Amino acid sequence: MKYWRVPLDSGEIQITRGRVHIIEDRCKGCGYCIEYCPREVLEFSKKFNAKGYHPPQVKNEDCLNCHYCELLCPEFAIYSEAAFGQ
Amino acid sequence: MKHDETAGMAHPLEDLVRMDRIPHIWCPGCGIGSVFTSCLTAVKQTNIPYNQFTMVSGIGCSGRGAGYINIDSFHTTHGRAIPFASGIKMARPDLNVIVFSGDGDLFAIGGNHFIHAARRNMDLTVICVNNLTYGMTGGQVAATTPFKARSSTTALGNPDTPFNLPLLAYASGATYVARWTMLHARDLADCIQEAILRRGFSFIEVLSPCPINYGRRNREKTLETLKKYHDNTIVKNGASPTELEVDFNKGVILGKFIDIEKPTCDEVYRRMYRPPEETTENRKSR
Amino acid sequence: MKPQVLTGEHFINGDEACAEGAIAAGCRFFGGYPITPATEVAEQMSVRLPHVGGTFIQMEDEIAAMTSILGAAWTGIKTMTATSGPGFSLMMETVGLAIVTETPCVVVNVQRAGPSTGLPTQGAQGDMMQVRWGSHGDYEVIALAPSSPQEMFDLTITAFNLSEKYRTPVFIMSDEIVGHMSEKVVIPEARKIRTVSRVKPAGRKDRFKPYQPGLLGVAPMPAIGDGYNVHVTGLTHDEKGYPVMSVDTQKEMMDRLLGKIRNNLDDIILTEDYRLEDADVVLVSYGVSARTAYTAVEEAREMGLRVGLLRLITVWPFPEQRIRELAKRVKAFITVEINMGQISREVERCAGTVPGFTAGHHGGAVVPPDDVLKIAKEVLA
Repeated sequence: MKYWRVPLDSGEIQITRGRVHIIEDRCKGCGYCIEYCPREVLEFSKKFNAKGYHPPQVKNEDCLNCHYCELLCPEFAIYSEAAFGQ
Repeated sequence: MKHDETAGMAHPLEDLVRMDRIPHIWCPGCGIGSVFTSCLTAVKQTNIPYNQFTMVSGIGCSGRGAGYINIDSFHTTHGRAIPFASGIKMARPDLNVIVFSGDGDLFAIGGNHFIHAARRNMDLTVICVNNLTYGMTGGQVAATTPFKARSSTTALGNPDTPFNLPLLAYASGATYVARWTMLHARDLADCIQEAILRRGFSFIEVLSPCPINYGRRNREKTLETLKKYHDNTIVKNGASPTELEVDFNKGVILGKFIDIEKPTCDEVYRRMYRPPEETTENRKSR
Repeated sequence: MKPQVLTGEHFINGDEACAEGAIAAGCRFFGGYPITPATEVAEQMSVRLPHVGGTFIQMEDEIAAMTSILGAAWTGIKTMTATSGPGFSLMMETVGLAIVTETPCVVVNVQRAGPSTGLPTQGAQGDMMQVRWGSHGDYEVIALAPSSPQEMFDLTITAFNLSEKYRTPVFIMSDEIVGHMSEKVVIPEARKIRTVSRVKPAGRKDRFKPYQPGLLGVAPMPAIGDGYNVHVTGLTHDEKGYPVMSVDTQKEMMDRLLGKIRNNLDDIILTEDYRLEDADVVLVSYGVSARTAYTAVEEAREMGLRVGLLRLITVWPFPEQRIRELAKRVKAFITVEINMGQISREVERCAGTVPGFTAGHHGGAVVPPDDVLKIAKEVLA
């Protein structure tokens, strides 16, 4: 995402970091998480899971641990947790 | 491989889900699972012990909700989740009773029960997943299907006007009325949590896509429906219930519309009918 | 605070006696809807329940009334509703839910003449087959038929005990005449009233199966909040309570539902004999019609006709074996009931080659004893 201005105190703000966990075989490939991740962390993978869907995969390290994918996923197939030491 | 890192790890809601019944029956692209996840998140956020909750559902796709939550839960007959829940509530007022069901169940076959429970201010949290159709039976017209929308029983378009559910709830006496879409998952979870923690009849309408049986007939893919939820909605807390019809061309209003304090059905019954000493005794025994 | 059991002699009607029986049996929740001639049960419960720590609620219709008592029953208490024909029809779908979820409760039907609105203030026994078969699908029910206000009290307690013991709805099939008839009702001391409560589960909560048959083929039943996390569904379910859409699970579930009744008939079936020892003709009757039948037996005996009475206190499950035994030594059966032939079909089915007759009535009044005598005389002529 691009912003039209950068906050003056942006250097002082502690940005949370998260790590996404995907339980691939639960995924039914609806794409909610990929479409609505505010940091655009996810993309469809090329592989098939046990049900025959393409589960998402993590494409960058931009996750902020907002848990939105976790809340939106209808299948309990994705969640995030805090990542430290970045 | 990223997914290897998750081996042995668990989704944070797994203690609240009957994992031995997953995968659930909801189709790919269906929003009910998202509403359900928000609901479970709300239950967890309250920090109330799980055995002080019970969930009651009726029949239909959303009615399967009760089958997946790992607490005492009831999958009843079509339209009758609310009277079943009312029986529980009046017999055990200390329980948090959540009704999780669909629009057809709660407002067509179960409409009479809804208005009366609202009138009495029965202390229930009623979550209505509104997918605008009868999903489980194959997409027939519902009491919530938009005017002119196609369904398997209205091939030329719905000739009828749908309910404005928040208006119906308000007019019936509901003391808490809100509407979100499944895409507003965080607002929805917080809203359900607030509804659980307050006393009185709480009604939350949640718009949710049915890509297979509604979307397909109305040329709408699931992510297109979500885009409408994102682009064509406006959050307006305290909006008048009269302006809440679901029309995405005009824009659909979301938010918390009504939040009134009023004694609940079980409170008033105890105060008016139970002899004072009996009430004290009951409190002691709890 | 009023005592829970109003020990003493009372002059009350059948509906009121029914309510007192329920309170004495431990009923603490009543969901109702007004309907003639059952309203007095609800009225009495509305006054009595809050004084014994119970709850009365008048719901928006009979569907809601019936459903509410199932919800309340799962909180671990004894629950009841009362209605008449039109309301009974509305309750039928939920009766099926009660049966398949093995939820104990008592449903009182103070019958009036139908079909439809019929004769609201006049008695009949036209719902006797509806109570057996009215909900969809295959199942067994327990139905009792009181003949007097005293039995409205006594059998309501029996109904609660059976429902708790077998985890099933139990029906009191009364009628307007018994419901509105005032007679002496003796309510015993509380300690002399035998009450039964459902068996609660014990042992590991995570391994508990809410439909795994225990004693008598009946599973122990937890209450909401006990920590067993049970799932209760109207779908065909396994012993764990989970829906399984398979023929095998359907069979297993049906065997359990039917078995717990069919394998315990001796415990459930109650009948009363009157002058049957030497009878050539057996009157089979129940409820208010049994009073007619008593008179008919007396009058027949005065005429020298050997007529006796088998009174069905339990109508369902039907005492088939008893009829078959009697059929070996009697000349005819006459079923006395206020309908044009319902239980008589059951009697005839079990009577084999012994002829069966119906001394019926279209509804609205009792069967006159003369009608019974006329048939008896023709049979023995």
